[in-house]
Amino acid sequence: MLANLARLFRYRALISSLVARELTARYRGSVLGFFWSFVNPLLLLVIYTVVFTVVLPSVHPPELEPYAIFMFCGILPWTWFSASLLESSNVLVANGNLIRKVLFPAEVLPIVTVLAGLVHFCLGLPILAAFLAYYRVPVAPTDLLWLPLIVAIQLVLTVGLALLVSVLTVHFRDVRDLVANLLTLWFFATPIIYPMTQAPGSVRRILSLNPFTHLVIAYQEVLFLPGRYGGGRLPVVAAVSLVVFLAGYFMFDRLRDTLAEEV
Amino acid sequence: MAAIVVHDVRKVYRRYGRRRQFATLKSALLSGNLLRDLRPDAVLEALKGVSFDVAAGRTLGIIGRNGSGKSTMLKLIAGIGKPTSGSISVNGRVSALIELGAGFHPEISGRENVFINGMMLGLSRRDIAKRFDEIVRFAELEEFIDAPVKTYSSGMYMRLGFAVATSVDPDVLLVDEVLAVGDESFTHKCLDAFADLKRRGRTVVLVTHSLDLVTRFCDDVLWLDAGEVRLLGDPKRVIDAYLTAVAGEDNRRLAEGDTAAHEGLNTESRTPSLESRSGELPRDMFQAAEGRWGSREVEITEVDLLDPEGVAGHVFQSGSRMDIRLRVRAHRTVSDFVFGVGIFSADGVCCYGTNTQIEGATAGELAGDGEVRFVIEALNLVDGTYKLDVAVHKQDGVPYDYHRLLHTFRMTSRLKEVGIFRPPHRWSFSGGVRMSGL
Repeated sequence: MLANLARLFRYRALISSLVARELTARYRGSVLGFFWSFVNPLLLLVIYTVVFTVVLPSVHPPELEPYAIFMFCGILPWTWFSASLLESSNVLVANGNLIRKVLFPAEVLPIVTVLAGLVHFCLGLPILAAFLAYYRVPVAPTDLLWLPLIVAIQLVLTVGLALLVSVLTVHFRDVRDLVANLLTLWFFATPIIYPMTQAPGSVRRILSLNPFTHLVIAYQEVLFLPGRYGGGRLPVVAAVSLVVFLAGYFMFDRLRDTLAEEV
Repeated sequence: MAAIVVHDVRKVYRRYGRRRQFATLKSALLSGNLLRDLRPDAVLEALKGVSFDVAAGRTLGIIGRNGSGKSTMLKLIAGIGKPTSGSISVNGRVSALIELGAGFHPEISGRENVFINGMMLGLSRRDIAKRFDEIVRFAELEEFIDAPVKTYSSGMYMRLGFAVATSVDPDVLLVDEVLAVGDESFTHKCLDAFADLKRRGRTVVLVTHSLDLVTRFCDDVLWLDAGEVRLLGDPKRVIDAYLTAVAGEDNRRLAEGDTAAHEGLNTESRTPSLESRSGELPRDMFQAAEGRWGSREVEITEVDLLDPEGVAGHVFQSGSRMDIRLRVRAHRTVSDFVFGVGIFSADGVCCYGTNTQIEGATAGELAGDGEVRFVIEALNLVDGTYKLDVAVHKQDGVPYDYHRLLHTFRMTSRLKEVGIFRPPHRWSFSGGVRMSGL
């Protein structure tokens, strides 16, 4: 397993080329090209702004103003997370021809999916920044130093789960649908569209078992909420993410040899 | 030193029945029988204990019928999939040409695809950049290299795939029947590339149905049959044995096809479909479908094709002797009769036709049982399947018994000449022409 991980490192040039291919191929032939990556987050942000200032101005705590931006801080990383897992569940099957015909480490494929999602996530950040600036939300520059770390932890967690999901889908095609539904559940079990502080005590305990809760809180603290961010539960989440990654990679490695037959 | 050592390799493919399709993870979890449900319904043993090794610098051809395990063997050597038991060791860098351009993405340019494909095969970006011009030149895609691959013709696609795969400069190159798809000039280029690899002492394993290619290129040939090594060794010896075995099987198959015709002969005129046409002559003999008609006053009761040893069969070597033996029975004594024979190619072209009348024979008397032989000293037809007409009829053409395309035989030849007729010939050279091997 360690040898394979080391080999994966040698394939980093392939991974970066595949990510670039993924991104260019997705928009090849469309007139607006990369602009589409901005459209979806922008549209979401505009809709939430309208909904929470015009339609439902009083359902959220008054200190979380503008609420749309609060939500967006969670939705942006969530979109990366859920889209990556959904796509990874299909990526090995979709590239079955490649796996059957060319010898290369197949874990490259889910990893590329997650990294392409990361690029989209990063493309959403300027929009968030623009809105933050427009509403004059005070963001402490020292807090921003946390951001790369939070993203890195999320990356490790997502890659681990993506590896697991992708390889299991090859053996059980139902994993794909299972993942889609679990993600919906997971979305509401994470304080993204509601603040953690509004959840009742017992629910809050359950929510805090969810590693993504702490990631989202970290994003919200760093980008939106006033006051210094102290790191919260990040060390625990980092440890959990690493375990998930190793477990996912272990599983993938164990089932690697069956891929060519089963896809 | 051996470049490839294959030791007692077995490969079992699992096959799942209907149960698997309906009962997947959910029911497996619900009934708590995950392990039982994962058990396959049936297994297919693709390789049953195959052992061989290939010395470095040799070219090995793997031949065998479809489904004999050739491609499985190649994939296992390539490392795509693991043997169920046994071991395979390969020394050096392997490149496998299993499907040309398998990793190409249609939306991006040929240039980007070359880099990505090359990196998948284990080259570094710098290696590819260094060989890039060479790859493009080999693929003859100088003008199109920046166009998306989806706009390529299938030939361009293959050339690019081949160029990338060979640019890896592998120690061991594995090739699976990819040359069958290219045009003439592409095939030549590929062969030149192989020859070049051979010269540089690389090991090549070639899976192919083209025996001609094997004869020309391979140092050794491995014949796989139903997952087992049937024969390994000198190309000429293995190919001859293979051809003989295939001919034997063809013989059986053609014989089965002929059974219907023979049954028609033995049941005399009771077969209704044949009966309905008896006595009436099709308007155009050369467009008529197979069948049998005639008054049956004289009957052809048996048709056999005999090889030089006098054994009845359906497969003959090009240029060898063939006897067409007819057993006839006259139900009444006749004095007006002509025997005829016609040979047709698979696409219906009449290769040769004659009868006793054309050749000037005068009919005497035909009574009771008899035998007629049409002896062809050297049947000079090219490789292919042929059908036979045999008939006995009156001088004015009214048939007693006409068998239209009811009998089939196969000509085999190591050479793949084209056309129908193979005139006995030889080449001779003089002056500045030097050539060998003929």
